[in-house]
Parts: sequence; C-alpha cells; structure tokens
Amino acid sequence: MAEPFLIGDTMTGGYGSSDILNACTIAVEKGEIAVIVGPNGAGKSTAMKAIFGMLSLRGGSVRLKGEDITKLSPQDRVSKGMGFVPQTHNIFTSMTVEENLEMGAFLRRDDISGTLNQVYDLFPILRQKRYQPAGELSGGQRQQVAVGRALMTEPSVLMLDEPTAGVSPIVMDELFDRIIEIARSGISILMVEQNARQALNIADKGYVLVQGANRFTDTGAALMADDDVRRSFLGG
Amino acid sequence: MDQLNALIVFLNFVFVPGLTYGAQLSLGALGVTLVYGILRFSNFAHGDTMAFGTMVTILFTWWFQSMGLHFGPLPTALLAMPFGILFTALFVLGTDRVVYQFYRKKKSVSTILVIVSVGVMFVMNGLTRFIIGVENRNFEDGERFLITARDFKTLTGLDEGLAIKTTQVITVVVAILVVAAMFWFLNRTRTGKSMRAFSDNEDLALLSGINPERVVQVTWILAATLATVAGVLYGLDKSFKPFTYFQLLLPIFASAIVGGLGNPLGAIAGGFIIAFSEVMVTYAWKKVATYALPDSWAPDGLLQLMSTDYKFAVSFSILILVLLFMPTGLFKGKSV
Repeated sequence: MAEPFLIGDTMTGGYGSSDILNACTIAVEKGEIAVIVGPNGAGKSTAMKAIFGMLSLRGGSVRLKGEDITKLSPQDRVSKGMGFVPQTHNIFTSMTVEENLEMGAFLRRDDISGTLNQVYDLFPILRQKRYQPAGELSGGQRQQVAVGRALMTEPSVLMLDEPTAGVSPIVMDELFDRIIEIARSGISILMVEQNARQALNIADKGYVLVQGANRFTDTGAALMADDDVRRSFLGG
Repeated sequence: MDQLNALIVFLNFVFVPGLTYGAQLSLGALGVTLVYGILRFSNFAHGDTMAFGTMVTILFTWWFQSMGLHFGPLPTALLAMPFGILFTALFVLGTDRVVYQFYRKKKSVSTILVIVSVGVMFVMNGLTRFIIGVENRNFEDGERFLITARDFKTLTGLDEGLAIKTTQVITVVVAILVVAAMFWFLNRTRTGKSMRAFSDNEDLALLSGINPERVVQVTWILAATLATVAGVLYGLDKSFKPFTYFQLLLPIFASAIVGGLGNPLGAIAGGFIIAFSEVMVTYAWKKVATYALPDSWAPDGLLQLMSTDYKFAVSFSILILVLLFMPTGLFKGKSV
C-alpha cells in the first residue's frame, strides 16, 4: 500500500508516565476527509496533538509526504504545511477578524491578500465582520474565524479538533459543508468529532478509537453500516 | 472677574500640574501594563528602571553640557534621552537574558516572577545609587518658563497668574507623541500585532509561528523606552532622586490597575485619574473658593482634604477600592 499523505504510525505516548495512546495509527490521504470518533477519554484529542507535535511520542512516528516529522516542533510543522485548529481558545478574542487572519499568516512573508479573499469567499460572514473584534462573534462565526486563521498559511493538511463543539445543528451542517468544500480544493482534513454520525457521513475514512487504540477503521460509509459500530458508538 | 481669577488659580495649581503628573504616570503605567500583558507578571523593577534610565540620561546631559552642547531653549536632557533609552534597553535585555529567561524556560508561575522582579529592583536600585548617589539632582536647563505668572498678569490684567513651565509643555507633547507612536506600533505593524496576539492567546500565537523570544525582547525594549521617557520627564519637571522613583511605583501600579492591567488605553486613563485625584485631594482650595464664592461665604480654613505628605494614601485608597469592587479595572483588563 502506498504511503498516505499524512500518517501518525503506531503512536504510543501520553502525559507523564502513563500512556494514553497505545500503538494508535491515524492516516489521511490527499484531499480526503478522515474523522476520528470514539467515546470520551479515548484519546482522540491526544492523537491529534501527537500528530501535530504538541505531545512527545515514546513510540511510533509521524510522517508527512513520506518525510519523518516526529521530532519537529508544532511551529515547524506549520511551515511544512500543516494547519491546526484547537478545540478551545482557538481565536484571538481581542483582535479583529482580519487581524486574526493576518496572525494566521504570520510565517508568510509574501502578499497574503489572495488567501485573505479566498477565506472571505469561503466564509462570507467574516468579510462583513472583518473589523469587528473576534470575541464579539457568535460561536459558529468564531469557529469560522478559527478555521480561516489556520487556512491562511495555505496548508496542505488541516487538522480540526471538534470544530462543531457547542454550535447549533444548523451551524454544524453549514460548517461541515464548508469543510467538504475545503477538502475538494485539495486540502486533506483530519478531524475529531463528537457528532460521530454526521461526521462519518462526510468522511472518506473513519477511525474509531477506544482507550488509545484503533478499534475500527474503515470508510465512513462502511462504519455507518457496521452493526457493531452503530450499536456501540453511534447509539443504535 | 472673580470667577475668572478662580479659574486661573485652578488651572495654575490643579489642572496644569495634574495634567503633567498624569502624563508622567500614564507613561509609567503603560510600561507596567505592557509587561503584565505580554510577560504576565507585575514588574516591581519598573520604578527603578525609570531611575536607571534617568540616571544614564543625566550622565549624558552632564557630558553634553561639559562639551558646550545645548539644545537652545529646550533642556539638554532631551538630546541625551535617546542614549538613556539605548543603555536602559540594553541593561533590561541583559537582565532578561541573565535572570528572567531562566524562569520563563522553567515556566514559573507569575508570583515567582513578581518576586524575581523585586530582586531585580533591589539590584537596579543599588546600582543607580552607587553610580549617581542618593541626593536630589536638578538637571533642567534651557528656558525655564513658557510664560511666567508675572507676564501672564500684565498680559491679561488679572490678579492671578498662570505660569506654564517649559517642562510641563514638553511633558505633555512628548507623552502624546510617545503614546501615539506606541499605539501605531501595536495596532498597525506586524510585530506590534504579534505582540497583541501573544498577549491575547499565547498558545495560539505559538501555533501561528510567532516567535515568543522576539516578542519578549521587543516588549522589554518598549518597556525600557517608556520607563526612561517617563523618568526623564518626571525628573525635568520635578527633580531626580532615586528614592522618589522607587516610591512612584505605587501610583504607577495604581494607575495600571485602575485602568485594567494589560490594557494600554486603561493605563493612560488610569494615570490621569490617579494624578488628578492626588492633586485635588491634597490641594488647599481656599483661594479658589474665596474667588468663586460670595464674600460672606469665604472659608476660614484651608479647605485641604489631606496634607501633601499623605498623597500616597490617595493612590493606595483608589487601588484598594478598585481591587475590591472592580478587579478588572475600568477598561476590562485582566484581573489581578
């Protein structure tokens, strides 16, 4: 099998002495959407942090386009083309929407106006509110700012940690539509989701984690069709 | 006419001194608030950073004067100030390298950094006294008054005079320029914005590739600049004495906290609130009242709420009231 675009391969590690991840493998192909689901405390967010370098691994490796990036800092991974949207505190609340986007592009020294327009085209509401402090926006709009900020470096892979946490179902559908749109433009998406059913619906690949290990791995549709997965993790 | 005289007395003894003192406190508080917002600790060494910067400026002033270099009607100290800023910035950056960096790497909590800054304060304190001594020093030269009380009286024919010192005008003008430059830097430049981002959300700033060490260095340079400018303006307006600068720490912190720690706009507003409160509470209002009120109402007493010796009690009281009832300050800073 060909090397995936981004892979966290048999990752083992955690905070302090105890391991949260036990030989967990997560991968995403170019332009596809991979979703990590699982019960609370399964290590979903930890797996994301490990792939992004915010957690040092005791075993396994992380590879991007075949290159081993296990030892790189998060900042270096950003310059390698990875974007990360944390679950909380993912915007600069005291700064305007546009300043948030500018800060996303901090590492870039070239003209960012093109990317800025692309983000505004993707999230038209942000263009309207560009001079408003991001902290004054609604939950859904804040998430758009957060995703927009991560897109400003023109990443080749975007990692989202529960992008729809705390937003209404309508806003959630809207956000998922935007995420599909981003993936269609060739950017790989790796995301953790609480709303497992909806997320697996749009996923090319789904990972069900339990206690830091892979329990089920298949296409989103196949996982949805699997009786075991449905019963145990999707509520019937 | 009496009302006009009352107004002149008020301007001369309350408004102009309050405005000048407020501008000096604002600059000091701006430095404190900047360090708090970005480095996340209350820098107790700020008063002595002001003293250090002023000391270097005074040394350069003396040197320039000995070479016969003057700045026309303006104080020579203004020429020396850039050198004061330069040396203070270098000293503060050195302190960061030798002291603060160690605790930052260890991710020490802010209370530890506060105590560390107290240590730095004592060292700077001693160094300043060792180099220039503990006495009061006057380093003002050039034209002393823009308009003297006597000139004002002959000019307007009023009984009361309004004297405006050159240093008062310089203080206000320089403060406006420095504050404007500071806000332009924080709001318009890439580095300034990255500092605000770092202050707002450190983790996300790191994720965005903002270099924390660079942000810290620029913050120290700005803090040193603000401290030196504030110190020199205060010294020109009053006089330079290391102990007075140490004491200034209280009204400066009160200003920063009243405005809301971490909020630059708040620091400026806080500076003027503290300054005017201090001046108004300790001023003897008898003369103003005598002019303003009908003769039969003229007060017998001085109408002074508090002796000037107690002026620090004013900032202290305001500080406590704000901490009790409005811990985030007027402009919604971070709570202490």
